[in-house]
Amino acid sequence: MDIILQQLVNGLSLGSVYGLIAIGYTMVYGIIGMINFAHGDVYMVSAYVTAIAIAMLSFFGIESFPVVILGTLIFTIFVTGVYGWVIERVAYRPLRGSSRLSILISAIGMSLILQNYVQISQGAKQQGVPTLLSGAIRFDVGDGFVQLTYMKLFILCASFIGMGVLTYIIQKTKLGRMCRATQQDPKMASILGIDTDKIISTVFVIGATMAALAGVLVTLDYGGFDFYVGFIIGIKAFTAAVLGGIGSLPGAMLGGIILGLSEALFAGLISSDYKDVFSFSLLVIILIFRPSGLLGKPEVEKV
Amino acid sequence: MSQAAVSIDYKKSVIDAVIAGLLALIVFGPIVGIVLDGYDFHAEPKRLLWIVVVVMAGRLLASVLFQTKRGKVLLYKHSSKDDGVHVLPPGHKSKLRWVIPLVIVIAFLMPFVATKYILTVIILGLIYVLLGLGLNIVVGLAGLLDLGFVGFYAIGAYGLALGYENLGLGFWSMLPLAAIIAAFAGAILGFPVLRMHGDYLAIVTLGFGEIIRLVLTNWTSLTHGPNGMNAPLPTLFGLEFKRRASEGHVPFHEFFGLSYSSAYKYIFIYLVLLLVVLGVLYVKKRLTKMPIGRAWEALREDEIACRSLGLNHVLVKLSAFMIGASTGGLAGVFFATYQGFVNPSSFTFFESALILAIVVLGGMGSTLGVVIAAFVLTVLPEVLREVAEFRVLAFGMLMVLMMIWKPRGLIRMTRTGVALREGKVE
Repeated sequence: MDIILQQLVNGLSLGSVYGLIAIGYTMVYGIIGMINFAHGDVYMVSAYVTAIAIAMLSFFGIESFPVVILGTLIFTIFVTGVYGWVIERVAYRPLRGSSRLSILISAIGMSLILQNYVQISQGAKQQGVPTLLSGAIRFDVGDGFVQLTYMKLFILCASFIGMGVLTYIIQKTKLGRMCRATQQDPKMASILGIDTDKIISTVFVIGATMAALAGVLVTLDYGGFDFYVGFIIGIKAFTAAVLGGIGSLPGAMLGGIILGLSEALFAGLISSDYKDVFSFSLLVIILIFRPSGLLGKPEVEKV
Repeated sequence: MSQAAVSIDYKKSVIDAVIAGLLALIVFGPIVGIVLDGYDFHAEPKRLLWIVVVVMAGRLLASVLFQTKRGKVLLYKHSSKDDGVHVLPPGHKSKLRWVIPLVIVIAFLMPFVATKYILTVIILGLIYVLLGLGLNIVVGLAGLLDLGFVGFYAIGAYGLALGYENLGLGFWSMLPLAAIIAAFAGAILGFPVLRMHGDYLAIVTLGFGEIIRLVLTNWTSLTHGPNGMNAPLPTLFGLEFKRRASEGHVPFHEFFGLSYSSAYKYIFIYLVLLLVVLGVLYVKKRLTKMPIGRAWEALREDEIACRSLGLNHVLVKLSAFMIGASTGGLAGVFFATYQGFVNPSSFTFFESALILAIVVLGGMGSTLGVVIAAFVLTVLPEVLREVAEFRVLAFGMLMVLMMIWKPRGLIRMTRTGVALREGKVE
């Protein structure tokens, strides 16, 4: 019993991170109808930037947790946001109007570039960050116990705040309205005076900042990462986005949490060796039987 | 175009360059300029400076160039994307048709003059030719982006290793079997894929390739996990290419009264591989002319139109997947026997991306292009050892640049046009 509860706690924090990254997929898919193949690697870059920010802050003698975390967040989100913008500019904008296959291949190329560029500049070895926040809350359950580390609590709070802010931006602000208009009908939106190129860039930047938030949180929690982490977590976040219904913002969060919980339970109860196989199989099964996901609208094939 | 004097706005170019430099500083600054060293770091300002300077200079040059008349002409030329198949006039005879027999003769004489090292590199190149041809059917002809192609490669390679260890099957029996097994795996993957297109397809196939790799890594009781498995060498009518043959067999060199050389087995693998590659090339050439090949291409260009014209898209897509996969399986068997050993680390996503890069660079659908690209992308990094660490970076850049510049690859797919036959139809 305590194992199940513990895995539920772990799964919830993992799932909220998947949800954050899934937002990037879902928003880009909603606006240009494409999977941003380089999104997982944007997350990977943010993990490196996080470690660099922490190392630099400690070099300047700044050790207090709130300052370090705030500084790291701002720095990482800024740098990663610029990455999102540049990726759109280099790999997507010149190809607007080309065939889908071309855009997809260019995005895969971008993903390879990011992975290899980080590997060359930072080395292929596993990197890490020091533990900044330790300690945990313990609950006694039966004869065992369940613990919720402060870090996991922090992840949950931060990711829900991030999602909340984003939902507010999309639902209430003028920028959000322009994004939604462009998602519904790019041509009409541009006729009505919305700079759709700019909105597409903005959506890439928003996706990247969410990935950056996830990158900071996961890096602080797990400590270790390498240039290859973006690949696996990218596919899982994509699974979450598809599970929730790609194009739907609440769907991405819901899908992330469901995926995180089911994966943690699978790892805890059945086999942790095959937990990635489980996620990938889940992706295939969802796409076969319910490609529009839980909260998504069925896709209409246009002729 | 009008004859108006072309004025170059240098101020705008400089501003562009400065903005590009600032962006480069933000993008490359943390990752290139600061290198993590445990929980500590050391700064590398020199290489960061180089990158920023190169980016600024490049942006300035591009900005000025595209404002000149020639630059504008160049831009205009490449803004109109003339993608599509290049159709030659009916009765066209290729100038290259005399070259082909010559190349084949040289290829067959090759192993008797080349050193063992060159031979091994060429074998690797030929294996990638096979892989490229297989993926070219799926991506280039049928337009289905398959990112899990390495899965079929792994099935072929592990098929040989597992068949040898568990069933005692050798190279020759596994060669057709692996192709059949891979084709079935292709069909299994093909079925779910029939319902999806584009990006979903890419992600599902990517997941499929990863599932195969993860199973190979984790199913240690069958595949020995990351430790890998041994694969058998091919035999020539029961003659083995070892110094001492196993019981009841005669080694090749003793049978012919030659002194032992480890190069024999590579020569033999090379010749068999060359025959298989030529066979696949021939089959592919025929297929593109047959209705099924035309159907693949038609489906690539416009699926909805094809279906409304009554084309059985299930059959067409499945056949592309199965034929492509079986070629991948063949390549896997050759890879395993060439290495004598397989382990899961040979079948990562990078491999799929490399094969995709071959297809993209060579020209989607173009056979000659794929053959050349396979050699360029696999042999070149072997020769230029110093730049080998940049090769994946180069693949990535190649893929982005090719898609922007020439989406159909360097060598465009060509086809001879059809003319009506003279005479009456009774």
